[in-house]
Amino acid sequence: MAFIPHTPADVAAMLAAIGVARIEDLFDEIPPELRVKSLAAIPEALNEMQIGRLMSERARSDGTALSFLGAGAYEHHIPAAVWAITTRGEFYSAYTPYQAEASQGTLQLIYEFQTMIARLTGLAVANASMYDGASAMAEAALMAVRANRKSHAARILVPTSVHPHYRKVALATTANQGLKFEELGFGADGSIDPASLARFEGQDITALIIQQPNFFGRLEDVAALTDWAHQRQALVIAVVNPTSLALLKPPGEWGTGGADIAVGEGQPLGVPLSSGGPYFGFMTTRSEYVRQMPGRIVGRTLDSAGNDGFTLTLQAREQHIRRGKATSNICTNQGLLVTAATIYLSLMGPQGLERTAAASHARLRELTAALTRVPGVRLAFPGACFHEAVLQFDRPLAPVLASLAARGIHGGLDISGFYPELGQALLVCATETKTSADIERYRLALAEALQAARAA
Amino acid sequence: MPAREKVIYEYSQPGRGASDQWPQHPGAAALSDLPQQLRRAQPPELPEVSELEAVRHFTRLSQLNFSIDTHFYPLGSCTMKYNPKACNQYAMLPGFLARHPLAPEADGQGFLACMYELQEMLKEVTGMQGVALSPMAGAHGEFAGVAMIRAYHRARGDLSRNEIIVPEAAHGTNPATATMCGCVVREVPVGREGDVDIEALRGAVGPNTAGIMLTNPSTLGVFERRITEVARIVHEAGGLLYYDGANLNAILGKVRPGDMGFDVIHMNLHKTFSTPHGGGGPGAGAVGVGARLMPFLPVPLVGKDGERFRWLGESDLPQSIGRLSAFMGNAGVLLRAYIYMRLLGREGMQRVGEYATLNANYLLKRLQEAGFDAAYPQRRASHEFIVTLRRQARDLDVTAMDFAKRLLDYGFHAPTTYFPLLVPECLLIEPTETESRQVLDAFVTAMSQIQKEAEQEPGRVTSAPHTMPVRRLDDVRAARQLDLTWKPTALP
Repeated sequence: MAFIPHTPADVAAMLAAIGVARIEDLFDEIPPELRVKSLAAIPEALNEMQIGRLMSERARSDGTALSFLGAGAYEHHIPAAVWAITTRGEFYSAYTPYQAEASQGTLQLIYEFQTMIARLTGLAVANASMYDGASAMAEAALMAVRANRKSHAARILVPTSVHPHYRKVALATTANQGLKFEELGFGADGSIDPASLARFEGQDITALIIQQPNFFGRLEDVAALTDWAHQRQALVIAVVNPTSLALLKPPGEWGTGGADIAVGEGQPLGVPLSSGGPYFGFMTTRSEYVRQMPGRIVGRTLDSAGNDGFTLTLQAREQHIRRGKATSNICTNQGLLVTAATIYLSLMGPQGLERTAAASHARLRELTAALTRVPGVRLAFPGACFHEAVLQFDRPLAPVLASLAARGIHGGLDISGFYPELGQALLVCATETKTSADIERYRLALAEALQAARAA
Repeated sequence: MPAREKVIYEYSQPGRGASDQWPQHPGAAALSDLPQQLRRAQPPELPEVSELEAVRHFTRLSQLNFSIDTHFYPLGSCTMKYNPKACNQYAMLPGFLARHPLAPEADGQGFLACMYELQEMLKEVTGMQGVALSPMAGAHGEFAGVAMIRAYHRARGDLSRNEIIVPEAAHGTNPATATMCGCVVREVPVGREGDVDIEALRGAVGPNTAGIMLTNPSTLGVFERRITEVARIVHEAGGLLYYDGANLNAILGKVRPGDMGFDVIHMNLHKTFSTPHGGGGPGAGAVGVGARLMPFLPVPLVGKDGERFRWLGESDLPQSIGRLSAFMGNAGVLLRAYIYMRLLGREGMQRVGEYATLNANYLLKRLQEAGFDAAYPQRRASHEFIVTLRRQARDLDVTAMDFAKRLLDYGFHAPTTYFPLLVPECLLIEPTETESRQVLDAFVTAMSQIQKEAEQEPGRVTSAPHTMPVRRLDDVRAARQLDLTWKPTALP
């Protein structure tokens, strides 16, 4: 199948109109020695029935485990309406809205999204999306270097309690632009000790990144950290979970002045886990920094008849206008996921999102209470968490997790490799999708697995 | 098209909501451990609407869009071909959607098998030695490609190579990417027939040359005939060749970038391999490399040990440029591309390039017969071509933008306008292989009608569109009086 509609009569008429005998003649400007000899490694075509069968078998083989994995991707209920509408051809198969008059649906939706995500983060303006939360954090670091005119060091403080993959993406993205990332450790309670900032006193710091909740699910003292940074003319980049913002203070209200840039992973807002993507990153900031933002931005304006309409704006920041001087090379972003998130947030509203966050939080407390009743398991950090927490084990985790997986349970993420200092440490997550029965099933399986490990 | 639609906040009623979708509240006691100073004081201002209100609102918004499913969309350089429904349906099987990105490899063999086979098929069709799937859009793939070029030179201790050469007609992402990778951009001119000026290229290369970024066929819609010579010049100067895959559809199954001498390529899977554009993404910008750049590929890759598929990470590729996404890029988009390639198969893939080229050359010929000027009349079109309306702008004061807007009234999405910047008053037109001859003929008829209007009633064209939900929009006002989020008051 190649979805080519031409009949033999069409082809004949078209070739005659062009004035060539064969389609092959249309390639006569290509040097013959460059022509493809064979595509032997491409299999023969399947029809739709065959591909349906193949994909169904493969999807089935991936199983349907009971999952307590989080670490940047979270399982939440997604109302059926979200994807029923998102996959409508008018959204699914449209291009970037460069022809504004023929793209008002997409443009208005992005404007509504910008509004919702700005309100959620408590900052004034938003862009139309970034690739994912990790790339959004990297772009925020670059943006902070452009925006902070008082700093010349291009030096960013990054807590080690920020998602390890996010830190790696930031390094890979900025490697050739001279940014320096300074690591900031965490204290015994799994959060940043504001006193530990003292060693940076008197130095030129461009920005401080704060993840809330952090990678361990722990809550940071965002007010103290924000104020510390602002007193030293450093910008604050907030990395936040959008669901948590129904309960937690929005970045725009952190400390006395509020964070300057907020970014995060949009996946919890109606996007399925789907092996890691497509997700979307979001980015909001203060009005004064809007021209330093990367990516597309939609604005409301008037048409020639004086009526409201929507269009891409501030395009002078972007690559197709500024080329080598653009704020970023990003153009295609994650529009369809933004569509899903906008519908999701409309269905949730302030109450639904708050309930989702509260129910997730309650399930995590139930989960950690249950699992720490199992001998050999304890909470790594005291204090409040949001829907994720770190457990420490008295023996190697790998066989325990394998044993759980064999029982159809994904017990969490072994973070010992990222944080050897934490010993055998497991990051577990619960959301509103987990029931008391699910948690009990996990507890029993874990107790058996640990007992077996001890006996072995 | 339908009339305008209110902003969703204007439907909001305090206390309303799609409450059947919400979980039960666990009660205030369940939140007692959250310190008060970290709690939000006021609920976020989100819409409060019923499920039906939301469904109607977003369905109506969708109806304000042109899309491939509803309209011919000949947007040059964007390859707006049909997005087969099967690709979406089978990528959205519950087993794929529910899989957590950090789930054990043993519980992802189905997904990983698809990814591994996709890597293999993309290698074959581009003539490259290795493929990484994680870049999330074309520009992201470009970034990965140029970062690998830099890493390659650096690993050889050749530290002075920081210049990226691009032809003057290059996509804006090329220079923007070079800058993001800490490079300096050198532009080289193209000759009258659209090929790179070889003498200028010879003068531009040297000990600082990191590489050249080329699109072939070029953004001018013609094949770079002296590509072998370009490759030799750049390689002899110690630089590498980067292939911008935006126009890969033109040569799919006919020529392979690897055989032309390219060392690294990004593919826009959302163009050539028909994954959806989604109103601005998600894309997927897989990268392919020749042997020299294999060690530098971004992680993760998917490898195969015996019958088992597994992730390859930093420990397998210690010289990798690193990780570009939190997990593995736009996995669901990659599944759609995989399904599309399996549906096409070997023979179908060869037909893509052929029929995309047939359609472009036919449409060019018909438009020329109707009196329009080709920018490169002496050349074959590739999968796209440029019409210049310089004459209409000069004689009738009707511009390419006016034609573009008027086409919307005739039920056609506009071609790409004013790109490449090199050709004045240009329309870059790419019909793709999935359009029928009858659709192309109807497009020619519409263009001829607009030409007639431009001659007889130019105001009709210069004030278009007339049938869209909005008239021409004031972009200057949009940028000067920024209104980026909804507020309860009307526009100032």
